Amino acid sequence: MKYVDEFRDRELGRGLAAAIAREAVPGRRYQFMEFCGGHTHAISRYGVADLLPANVRMIHGPGCPVCVLPIGRIDLAIGLALERNVILCSYGDTMRVPASNGRSLLRAKAEGGDIRMVYSAADALRIARENPAREVVFLAIGFETTTPPTALVIREAQATGVGNFSVLSNHVLTPAAIVNILQSPEVRTLGTVPLDGFVGPAHVSSIIGTRPYEFFAEEFRKPVVIAGFEPLDVMQAILMLVRQVNEGRAEVENQFHRVVDRAGNQKAQALVAEVFELRREFEWRGLGTVPYSALAIRATFAAHDAERRFELQYQPVPDNKACDCGAILRGLKRPTDCRLFGGACTPETPMGSCMVSSEGACAAHYSYGRFRDRPQAPLAAEMA
Amino acid sequence: MSGEPRPLYQRPLDFKRGRVELAHGAGGRATAQLVEELFLAAFDNPWLRTQNDAAAMPRPAGRLVMATDSHVVSPLFFPGGDIGSLSVHGTINDVAMAGGRPLYLAAGFILEEGFPLAELRRIVLSMAAAAKAAGVPIVTGDTKVVEQGKGDGVYITTTGVGVVPDGIVLDGSAAREGDAIFVSGSIGDHGVAIMSKRENLEFDTEILSDSAALHGLVETLLSACPRIRVLRDPTRGGLATTLNEIARQSGVGMMLEESAIPLKPAVAAACELLGLDPLYVANEGKLIAIVPAEDAALLHATLLAHPQGRDAALIGRVTRDPDHFVQMTTTLGGRRVVDWLTGDQLPRIC
Repeated sequence: MKYVDEFRDRELGRGLAAAIAREAVPGRRYQFMEFCGGHTHAISRYGVADLLPANVRMIHGPGCPVCVLPIGRIDLAIGLALERNVILCSYGDTMRVPASNGRSLLRAKAEGGDIRMVYSAADALRIARENPAREVVFLAIGFETTTPPTALVIREAQATGVGNFSVLSNHVLTPAAIVNILQSPEVRTLGTVPLDGFVGPAHVSSIIGTRPYEFFAEEFRKPVVIAGFEPLDVMQAILMLVRQVNEGRAEVENQFHRVVDRAGNQKAQALVAEVFELRREFEWRGLGTVPYSALAIRATFAAHDAERRFELQYQPVPDNKACDCGAILRGLKRPTDCRLFGGACTPETPMGSCMVSSEGACAAHYSYGRFRDRPQAPLAAEMA
Repeated sequence: MSGEPRPLYQRPLDFKRGRVELAHGAGGRATAQLVEELFLAAFDNPWLRTQNDAAAMPRPAGRLVMATDSHVVSPLFFPGGDIGSLSVHGTINDVAMAGGRPLYLAAGFILEEGFPLAELRRIVLSMAAAAKAAGVPIVTGDTKVVEQGKGDGVYITTTGVGVVPDGIVLDGSAAREGDAIFVSGSIGDHGVAIMSKRENLEFDTEILSDSAALHGLVETLLSACPRIRVLRDPTRGGLATTLNEIARQSGVGMMLEESAIPLKPAVAAACELLGLDPLYVANEGKLIAIVPAEDAALLHATLLAHPQGRDAALIGRVTRDPDHFVQMTTTLGGRRVVDWLTGDQLPRIC
C-alpha cells in the first residue's frame, strides 16, 4: 500500500536499528515514554522492541482516551441509557470499558439500554435528527484530536435547533497529563525510575502544534520528539531522543513534520475555544485527579451539555486496590509487576485502565508481547 | 379423479409487492403455498418433492460428517454474495474441512413478518443457484415467521451431511512441530465487503466477499496430498483466531511471517482506515491447510494449480511451544504474539 508500506519497511528499520545501537552509549540507560496509545500500538504491533538495544526501553504512557476514562464517567453514561431512557451514542472502543457493578456499555445494552455504536460525532447528531421524540446523548471521549469534531456538532446542533441532542464531554488534554506524570513525586525524585524523554503525540500535535511541549522540555529538562504513528516514525524519533540525551539537550523536535508544525491547526483551536472551557480538575483512570486537564462545554451551549441538561452528579469510583495501573502509567512498574496481570486481569476481563483497550500498556503487552516474559523464547522457524 | 391434484389456492403469491405474513409460518395453506411456489420451485429435487417432513436417503459408504451453521449476516445483500449463497457455502465448507464430500443440505428459515417476498425470493434463488453449482441438494427444510420487530428480515440455518473417504483423517489436534501452514488466498475480503455496506459506514471499494464453496478444492488437495493434517476455514475471528484454535487443540505453537500472508491492497487500505487488523477479519472462501514439512512443496503446487488456490501462500511453521503462542515476524522485522480475537470488532458478519 503506497504511502504506508514505506513506513514499515524492514530494510529501513534495520538501518535505524543499527544507528540506534551505534549511538546508544553502552552502560547508559535511555528510558523514553511514548505518551500516545497510537505509538504504543505501533511499537507492540510491529515488535519495535526487538529492534532496540537492551538499554533503550520504551515506557507506555497514558495517552489512550478509552483507558483513562474513569469508572464514574461510564457510570454516568450507563445511568443516562438505563434510567433516563436516552439514546446513548458511543465510539465502539468505549463499549467494553468496565464500569461499576460489573457493568459496561455493552452489558447495559444487553439489559435493554438503547446504546448505539457510532463512527463519528456527526453520526450521533444524525441519530438525534432522526429521533426527534427521544433524547440523544453523545458520549464524547478523546484527546485534542477528537475534540474539534465534537465542537463542530455542538455548534451545529445549536445553530440548527436540534433540541434533543446533547454531549457528555470527557475530552482531555495531553500537556496537562504529561506535566502530571513529570510532577509526581516518584518520577521527580532522583534515583527512582527516571524518564529520559518523550515520544510526543502525532495526531494531537497536528491540532495543538509543537509549541505546548516547549514549556515542559525546558521546565523539566526532558527532550520531546513529536513522531508519526508508523513504526519507522517511532524508531526515528527514538534515534533523535538518543542523540538529544547524548548531547545533553532537552528540546522539542519534530519528526512528524509531514503533518505537524509549531502553531498547529489554529482554525480547530478557535473552534474548540468557542465551544469548550477548561475544567478545574478531572479524574483520569490510573492517574487520579489532574488539575486543568479536561474540557467542559461552555454555558452558551448549555442546552447541549448532558451534564447540565440531566443535572448529572459525578461520583468517583476507585479502581481495584491491587491494580498497579497508576505506577505502570508513570513508568515505575512494568505490566508484569502487577499481580493481577494475565490472571484476574486480561483483555477479556480487564480490571484496570491499562488493560481496557489494545492501546493500553498492559493490553499491548498481553496481546502482542507476552512471549518476551519467558526465560528463553524459541527461535523463529525458518521459512521455506 | 385422475391427473395432477387441483392446486389448493386460486391466487399465486405476489412476488412483486407481497410481504411475509404470520400465516406463512403457521403451518396451514399459506405455509404450503410458500413452500410450493417458492422453496420447492427453487430447490426442486426428488426428496423435497415428496413433501414429507423428513428426507430419506440411502446410506453412503465411509464415515458420516455433519455440520450446522446459522446465518444472521447484516446486510442481507453484500458485494459478492447474500445470506442465501453464504448459508450454502458456510455449511458446505464446514463439512469439507472435516474431509467430507458434502451430500445433502437442510435449511431452516426464520422470517420476519413484513419482509418483502421479492427479497425473500431473491435470497432463495441465490441459495438454489449456490446449491446447484456445488452439486449439493437442499433436501428438507422448515419455515417459521416471527412478528415484526422480533427478527431482522431473514435468518437461515443450514445443516449439511457428508461422507469422508476411508483413509482421510483431518483433525484440529493433528498439527505437529515443523509442519507447514498454508492459506489458500488473500485474507479479510468477506469482512471488508460487509463493512463497506454497513449503515453509517458505507464506503466505495471494489472488494467482493470471497464467499465460495471449497469442497472441490478440498477434494483436489486431499487426493494429491492425503497426509494433510488439518484443514479449517478462517471465518469469524479471521486467520488469527483460527490458528490459535488449532494451536490450542494440537498443543503446539506457530511462527508466522507477516510479509508472506496474502492481502489485497484494497483490503489492507480499508482495514487501515477502519483501524482493523486483517488477521482478525472474516473469510468465507479461504482455507488453512497444515501439512508435514515434506509435503509442503506438493501441497503448494496443488493449491496454486487450482483456481481457488491461485494466491495461496506458505505463511508459517508449527513450533513446539508449551504456551501455544501463535507468533509472527512482522513486516518491520520485529516479533509479536498473534492473539485470540478479543471482543467482537465486527458483529453479524455471517
